[in-house]
Amino acid sequence: MSGSSGKLGWTGIPLGGVSWRLSEDLKTGDWRGELKPVVDNAKCKECLFCWVFCPDAAVRWDGTKISINYDYCKGCGICEKECPFDAIAMVKE
Amino acid sequence: MSLQPKVEGLNGDEAIAYALKQCNVDLVAAYPITPQTIIVEKFSEYVANGEVDTEFVTVESEHSAMSACIGGAAVGGRIFTATASAGLALMHEMNYVAASHRLPIVMAVVNRALSGPINIHADHSDSMGERDASWIQLFSENPQEVYDNMIQAFRVGEAPTVQLPCMVLLDGFVVSHTLQDVAVLSDDVVKGFVGRRGLPLINVMGQTVPYKLDVEHPLTMGPLALYDYYFEHKRQQEEAMMNAKEVIVKVHDEYAQLTGRRVGDGLIHPYRMEDAEMALICMGSTAGTTRTVVNELREKGVRAGLVKVRTFRPFPAREILDAVAGVKALGVLDRSGAYGAVGGPLFNEVRSTLYDCADRPFVVDYVYGLGGRDMPPTLIREVYDDLARVVKTGAVQQTLNFVGVR
Repeated sequence: MSGSSGKLGWTGIPLGGVSWRLSEDLKTGDWRGELKPVVDNAKCKECLFCWVFCPDAAVRWDGTKISINYDYCKGCGICEKECPFDAIAMVKE
Repeated sequence: MSLQPKVEGLNGDEAIAYALKQCNVDLVAAYPITPQTIIVEKFSEYVANGEVDTEFVTVESEHSAMSACIGGAAVGGRIFTATASAGLALMHEMNYVAASHRLPIVMAVVNRALSGPINIHADHSDSMGERDASWIQLFSENPQEVYDNMIQAFRVGEAPTVQLPCMVLLDGFVVSHTLQDVAVLSDDVVKGFVGRRGLPLINVMGQTVPYKLDVEHPLTMGPLALYDYYFEHKRQQEEAMMNAKEVIVKVHDEYAQLTGRRVGDGLIHPYRMEDAEMALICMGSTAGTTRTVVNELREKGVRAGLVKVRTFRPFPAREILDAVAGVKALGVLDRSGAYGAVGGPLFNEVRSTLYDCADRPFVVDYVYGLGGRDMPPTLIREVYDDLARVVKTGAVQQTLNFVGVR
């Protein structure tokens, strides 16, 4: 008595409710509403406040510049609020 | 194997502590509550005297006790706790977590009535509250069975196909505080029997790793599982419970080879059931009194029998069906109420089981012994008299009865 959802059945999942996939597999960026953060790298002083405060680790720092990973950014706007240099703006998708 | 038996004078609680000392547990986290207190008092003496190297965690509540046990078991330890009544009720939430995380913690539950009115004496209302928590439940009739069940409990819960927590149950005061000669095994024999806790291997992201929290092989225990996967996890628990039946029988057999002691097949213990016309089913200390009454009745030519249920979870339906074949009237002794239900919890399981029986006996429920009310042989004789009337008249006057209430 099971549907054909393509999901694993009870004999196929590990014991005890252990996660068998990384949370990265779920692209939670599609939860985002109307606004998304956009970085103006000309204004950015690489203080990394946004990187520290992002609750979803969606701000990337590659060693030279900041960027946003829209696969996981939920558009909360904390990075815009915390940026001391107005280098991040929330803009309509 | 023949072994020189060593006998110790132990009450039920001390028998738990003694067995625990021999089982080489890594961690005990417990909070004292009557009538369980002797267990942790006695065991903390073993710890203080350096007779065991167990980590003893004193906690602020039973909820915390079970939480600490879950943590200890999650990193691969062999874990024990003990409680009773209100303490077990306070653990309720974490008991489900322990079972769903598939952690084979062993817990002694000294059966005591739930409040209110507040009461410290024996009945099964506390553990019946956990009957659907996916814990194995082994009932004990006397301190000897307490000792034997404790040693088997670790093996049962830790079996690769089971991986479920296990309760050892004993009636408050009647068993917990009653001294008996208990035949004990040597430390080495117990150590050999229980072995070390083995960990099942699980497959996570292409790697086969032992099921434990380990920085070398990180994994997440206890994540959210909503309508898409929760159901599958619960289905796994049902499978584990079904597997436990076979394991309980096997471990019981292996233990009987060492000791010569048996409790039926490890699931139920039928007594003088071969040609029984009427029989009682019960759990815990009352089985001993009932056996005495059966013997008296048999001397008078009355074909009376008894089925003692040792394993309440998983419920031994098939075994009960076989044991009561041919019986005309079956009485169920329930040491807990189920207010507003069709009858007590044991009655419900037994009567439901008998639906599959072509030639069903009459089944009558006798709720008894609530809050430690005594169940002497005279009352048990009255119950058999009532069953005799059912056999004679071919009708049940009253399905739900209260024995010993004014």
